[in-house]
Amino acid sequence: MESCAQKKKFLAKDYKSDLKPIWCPGCGDYTVLNAITRALAEMALPPEEVAVVSGIGCSSRIPAYTSVYGFHGVHGRALPVATGLKLARPDLTVLVTGGDGDGFSIGGNHFLHACRRNVDLTYIVMDNQVYGMTKGQASPTTAPDWEGSKLTPEGTGINPFQPLVVGLASGANFIARVSSSDPVNMAQIMVEAIRHPGFSLVQVLSPCVTFRPEQQEWRDIVRTAVVDYTDDAARAARRLMTDDGFNVGKVLYKGSRPPYRPEFENTDGSIGELEARFAL
Amino acid sequence: MTVQSVSLTIAGSGGAGVVTAGSLLLDAAARAGWYALMSRSSGPQIRGGEAAAMLRFATEPIMSHDDSFHLLMAIDWDNITRFSAEIPLTAASLIVGDPAHGDAPAGLLKNNPRQAALPMAEIAGGIENGRPNMVALGAIAAMIGLPPAAMRIVVERALKKKGTAAIEASMAAFFAGIDAAANLPAIPKLPAVTVDTTPRWSITGNEATGLGAIRGGVRFVAAYPITPATEVLEWLAPSLAKVGGMLVQAEDELASINQIIGASYGGTPSMTATSGPGLSLMIESLGLAVAAEVPLVVVDVMRVGPSTGIATKSEQSDLNIAVYGLHGDAPHVVVAANSVADCLFTTQWAVHLAEAMQVPTLVLTDQAMGQARAILPKPAELAFIGQREVARQAVEGQRYKRYAMTGSGVSPMAIPGTPGLTHTADGLEHNEFGTPSSQASDHQAQMDKRLRKITGFNYGDHWAEIIDSEVGAGDTAIITWGSATGPAREALQRHADAGGKARLISLRLIAPVQPEKMAEALKGIKRAVVVEQSHSGQFYRMLRAFYDLPAKTVSLHQGGPLPFGPNQILDQLKLLTAGSA
Repeated sequence: MESCAQKKKFLAKDYKSDLKPIWCPGCGDYTVLNAITRALAEMALPPEEVAVVSGIGCSSRIPAYTSVYGFHGVHGRALPVATGLKLARPDLTVLVTGGDGDGFSIGGNHFLHACRRNVDLTYIVMDNQVYGMTKGQASPTTAPDWEGSKLTPEGTGINPFQPLVVGLASGANFIARVSSSDPVNMAQIMVEAIRHPGFSLVQVLSPCVTFRPEQQEWRDIVRTAVVDYTDDAARAARRLMTDDGFNVGKVLYKGSRPPYRPEFENTDGSIGELEARFAL
Repeated sequence: MTVQSVSLTIAGSGGAGVVTAGSLLLDAAARAGWYALMSRSSGPQIRGGEAAAMLRFATEPIMSHDDSFHLLMAIDWDNITRFSAEIPLTAASLIVGDPAHGDAPAGLLKNNPRQAALPMAEIAGGIENGRPNMVALGAIAAMIGLPPAAMRIVVERALKKKGTAAIEASMAAFFAGIDAAANLPAIPKLPAVTVDTTPRWSITGNEATGLGAIRGGVRFVAAYPITPATEVLEWLAPSLAKVGGMLVQAEDELASINQIIGASYGGTPSMTATSGPGLSLMIESLGLAVAAEVPLVVVDVMRVGPSTGIATKSEQSDLNIAVYGLHGDAPHVVVAANSVADCLFTTQWAVHLAEAMQVPTLVLTDQAMGQARAILPKPAELAFIGQREVARQAVEGQRYKRYAMTGSGVSPMAIPGTPGLTHTADGLEHNEFGTPSSQASDHQAQMDKRLRKITGFNYGDHWAEIIDSEVGAGDTAIITWGSATGPAREALQRHADAGGKARLISLRLIAPVQPEKMAEALKGIKRAVVVEQSHSGQFYRMLRAFYDLPAKTVSLHQGGPLPFGPNQILDQLKLLTAGSA
């Protein structure tokens, strides 16, 4: 199968549907979609062997914009859907796409446990520090003094959630941060993330041009991280502690924890054997 | 004929071995050729609290406890009054206590039951490694007519690992109990069954639910522990592994429902089991499964609500949330088991329904049947196997329509991995392709299709269990569901013994409703009593909303945790039929 798949050449456009995204012009998510399709083409994965799962939010619209199998569920629950799918169908390559609100607020508990459980998934979070679909409210990654929302006119006053720190502490097996302003690098990192066994977390700085127009400056602020990845979680943690959130373009951490598969005997035991235990 | 049976409770503090004694008695009764039902009740302590094992034995299958107990065997009195409401006693009942622990608490004596003393601790003390609970078992066996040989087989099996000395000590205490019983007042005895070749099982409702799921084809289960559903999941974990399936413990119920959505989207028949609080958390995602048309089964082992309620005790009060809990117009299927044995049938049927219609299907059982163990005739093999209509091949030049309009409303489902049929399943309203759509026409068409799937389906005769009394249906009906069916069935028998005619209609298919079938079942019925364990009469109100009921229909409803006794229902039947011949 694999060798056959390798022979066939795929182009990025082979992974795109003909549906026009609902995103605003200039939204960072366009290039993320491009990077995903580019990564899949690079890996020459047959579209039917890939599934993209998402929850709710602007970036969660991605499945329908691809030509692979997609599942667009409810707000915050993409990771459990993907977990069930991957465990039942280990032959599939399963990606999860979503935003910071979907993943770290309403879906926060699943995020912790997906990192912990370490199922072989790739989680791509488009972080724009705002709820875009509901027209601009503070998200868990929003700075405490952002006053752009009517919901929190004085700012939230709460320190932002640190996805990579939490991901590392929770056991994610691969951690990287990229910028939507560099699609080629994004695609490369995504290939690495997909290839790496276990739970891979990719944070994408993906500006919301409509509700956080100041984020357009991110393309000038971001810098390529100077150090290569580590397999030492303590070292990765120290780096994250001094990180201002704008070091991008490189893998930060690669762990070697084996992916989770529930132990099962997979014997050819029959239902009759189960029933025999009830017989008197 | 009314069942010939004997009912007894063994109670005692933690460590008294009450539940062990009950289980041994149940198994021995099975060896003796009897049928039995055992429920347990325990205090709020996590471990080691007082407990009561309530047992009923009969020479034919039984589905319910009796109105009262013939015998209460108290190994000690610790906190026993906590159970007094659950152990109804009459003047004919007998309380046997150990004088070493003093007198019976006044709370047990309201109806002036007979009392007798059995020095269990003292007798056990005279036997090396003898235990009071085995003395109690000996006395019980002698009083109810259980042959000692049956107990020996059971004790030998239970204590095999502990060795011969332990077995002999237990049996010595058991025989000492038999001897001591000679001085005790009599309670009803059951006849020994000499030859009974009926294959029989010993199974709990929760185990039966798990087995039904596996028989129906479920191979992926996501689990979050919750009382009283946990045993379904604990039974499934090793059992699924044996048939090539898997169980995953999830971080919460939101995760478990969404994990099974994912697994089922991947093509594997999937299930989870929970109770009221967990079902509440799952409701949003059940709507997703309706919209995205993902087949799955959710078992709700109901307990007393609202909120945390009484986690260890039974109620039939999740009917409303199961039927109406989902936002939007979200057609789905709700089925209910009516006995320990029926947990198997109904769950297996539910997998079949879910897969055939690509619809989430809720199974309602409850603590009373879920945690009860029964000795029952071996359940029949059922033909129901979940079978999904699957799209296997792309049609040249045609884009695959995941939500294609079909006559039945069921659209062939492409399973990931199938070339040429990629699509996105969506909880957003969509068109036939699955593409999100906010157009009224798409919404209308998809709503029609989703409803058509479940209203046009042939549910056969399984929608209800309909039983006429031995003397005929007459013009009176008992309409009920779930655990209330057992006592209702026995009320029907007792009514027939007095020449009373009636029909029992126990609904297994709660939603979608079946007005035509109900009209057929109610032909000639002029009066009815609706029986349910719900404080607000949820079932009665639902029947009122969707069915043409006889002009004279009364509601017999009560909240949990106390179960209905057959006579309670019989009295209502008599009231209803009074004045009419």
